[in-house]
Amino acid sequence: MAKRIDVSGLTAYYGPHKAIEDISMTVEPRSVTAFIGPSGCGKSTFLRTLNRMHEVTPGGRVEGKVLLDDEDLYGTGVDPVAVRRTIGMVFQRPNPFPTMSIYDNVVAGLRLNGRYRKSELDEIVEKSLKGANLWNEVKDRLNRPGSGLSGGQQQRLCIARAIAVEPQVLLMDEPCSALDPISTLAIEDLIGELKERFTIVIVTHNMQQAARVSDRTAFFNLAAVGQPGRLIEIDDTERIFSNPSVQATEDYISGRFG
Amino acid sequence: MSHTMTDQRPTTDPPVPGSVFTHRRMPRWAPAAIAVIAVALGVAIGLAFDLSSHVQWGLIALALFVLGTYVTTALLEDRRQAKDRVATSLVWACFVLAVVPLYSLVETTFAKGVKDLDGRFLTHSMAGVLATDEGGGVYHAIIGTLEQVGLASLIAVPIGVLTAIYLVEYGRGKLALAVTFFVDVMTGIPSIVSGLFILAFWILVLGFSYSGFAGSLALVILMIPVVVRSTEEMLKLVPNELREASLALGVPKWRTILKVVLPTALGGITTGIMLAVARIAGETAPVLLLVFGNPMINNDPFNGAQSSLPFYIYEQYLLGTDQAYSRAWSAALVLIAFVMILNLVARGIARWKAPKTGR
Repeated sequence: MAKRIDVSGLTAYYGPHKAIEDISMTVEPRSVTAFIGPSGCGKSTFLRTLNRMHEVTPGGRVEGKVLLDDEDLYGTGVDPVAVRRTIGMVFQRPNPFPTMSIYDNVVAGLRLNGRYRKSELDEIVEKSLKGANLWNEVKDRLNRPGSGLSGGQQQRLCIARAIAVEPQVLLMDEPCSALDPISTLAIEDLIGELKERFTIVIVTHNMQQAARVSDRTAFFNLAAVGQPGRLIEIDDTERIFSNPSVQATEDYISGRFG
Repeated sequence: MSHTMTDQRPTTDPPVPGSVFTHRRMPRWAPAAIAVIAVALGVAIGLAFDLSSHVQWGLIALALFVLGTYVTTALLEDRRQAKDRVATSLVWACFVLAVVPLYSLVETTFAKGVKDLDGRFLTHSMAGVLATDEGGGVYHAIIGTLEQVGLASLIAVPIGVLTAIYLVEYGRGKLALAVTFFVDVMTGIPSIVSGLFILAFWILVLGFSYSGFAGSLALVILMIPVVVRSTEEMLKLVPNELREASLALGVPKWRTILKVVLPTALGGITTGIMLAVARIAGETAPVLLLVFGNPMINNDPFNGAQSSLPFYIYEQYLLGTDQAYSRAWSAALVLIAFVMILNLVARGIARWKAPKTGR
C-alpha cells in the first residue's frame, strides 16, 4: 500500500530561476515526514516535484531523480497522470469543486477517470468520508454543494477526495494554514490515523504542528533572497527539535533566525 | 458607526451638542424632494419659454437637480457632505440619461407595433401582399432569422469556445499571440465587410447562389470573435486551484477542462453566447448582400433567397406606405422580443448553472 520515496540530486526551476538545488532524501513508508523552513525556501516547490505537479506551472522543470520503490518518476515514458493517481495531494486552501455536491466531490477522482457502479461509489464515499472524519457531519446532506461547508470541513472533504482514489502517498501543502485551531486539531488527528495506511509528507509553517504530527522532519533554508533553497538536514523529529546537528536548524526552531 | 446611527434616526434624535461625530443632517426624503422640485421647475421653465422639445425640459430638470443638491446640502449640512451628495446625484442623473433612450425606444416600438401584432401576423408571409394592402405577415422572416442565426451559431459557437479553450488552457508563445491579435481584428470588422467577403468568396469565386446559408457564413465571421472574447474571460475566472486539484487527483488535462473548468464557467459562457446570438440576430447588411430577400416562405436555408427580421423591417420601411410602416414596427417588436427572450433564457441558465454556495 504505502511506498518509499528516494530523492537524489533534485533541482527544480521556474523558467531561468533555480528554485531548489540538489536535494536528496528518503521518505519512509507509513510515516509522516514534515518539511519546515522559512517562506520561499522551496518546501512547496519540492513537494510539488514529488507528484509531478511542479511542471504544471508554466516554465517549471526538474532535474534529478525521484524513485518511488525503485521506479523513477521522471524516467522516460512515465505518464505524469499515472504518477498523480499514485501520489495524491492536499492543497493549502480548501478547493472543493464548486459545481459538484459533497458526494460528487469525493468520487470526482474516480468518476473523472473511469466507470464505477453506483453501489461501489456509495461504499467508497462512506469509507473516504469516514477516513477523513467527516462522515457524521455530512452524511445527511451528501447532495448539497461542497462549497457550503465550513473551511475546516471543506479541507477534510479535500482529504476525503484525495484518499478516495487510494493513493500510495499523500502530499499535504500547509493543509491547516487557513483553518482555526479546532479544525487544525481535527486534521492533525486525521494525519495520525492516515499514516497507518499512507506515506504522508506535510509542509508546515507551524513548528509545534511538525513536532506533534511527524516522525521525521526536514529543514529547508536558502542562503539569500534569489538563491535556490536547499535541504539543510533531515532527521527524526525528536532529534531535530531537541538536538539538531546543524546550527541553522537550531536557530530557526528556537526563533533566533534572521 | 455614527453615520449609520444618524441615518436610522435622522429626525427623532437631535444631535448631541458638542459631539465630534454627529452633525446637521438633512432628512432622508430631501434628495427625492429636490428631484421633484427640479422636475417641476424644468417643466415650468419649458412651458414659460415655450421650448418644444421634451428632451430640453428633461436636461434642464437634470441640471437643476444636480445644482439644487449641491446648494441645499452646502447650506444645510457642510461642504464634504455637499460633494458626496453631488457625486451621488450625478450618478443618478447619468443612470436616467442612459435609461431614458432605452425606455423610449421600447415604449415607441411597443405602442406602434402591438396593434398589428397578432396570430395572423406571426403565421403569414408577404406572398402576394402589395405595399398598400393591409395584412401580410412576418412568418417567412422569422423562419429566415431562426435558420440563419441557428446555422451561424452551430458553426461559430464550437469554433469560438474551442479557440478560447486553446488560448486560456494551452496557448503559449507566438501562435497564441497571433490568434489573440486576429480575434481582436475580427471584433472590429463591420458587418457589411464580412458580407462583402462572403459575397466575393462564396458566391463570386466558388459560384454558389444566394441562400440563407451564405448569410449565416457572414454572421459566423461576426459571431466568432464575440464568443471567443467572452468565453476567454469566463475561463480566466476559473481559479487555478480547481485545475490543480483535478490534476493532482490524476485526471488528465483534457478531462479536467471538460469536467471541471467548463462546468464551473458554464453560466458565464452561456450568457456570452446568447449575447453574441442577440448581436447577430439584428444584422441587416449580410442578409441584404447574400440572402437577397424573399416575400415568400422558404424553409430551406441552403437553396434560394430567404428573408430575415431586420431585412423585413428595412424592406417595409422602403415601401413607404402607412400599411408597410405599421408592419415594420410590428416586425421590430418581434425582433426585440426575440432578443429579450434570448437574454432571459441566458440569465436563467446562468443562474441555474452558477456554482452553488448554499449552506
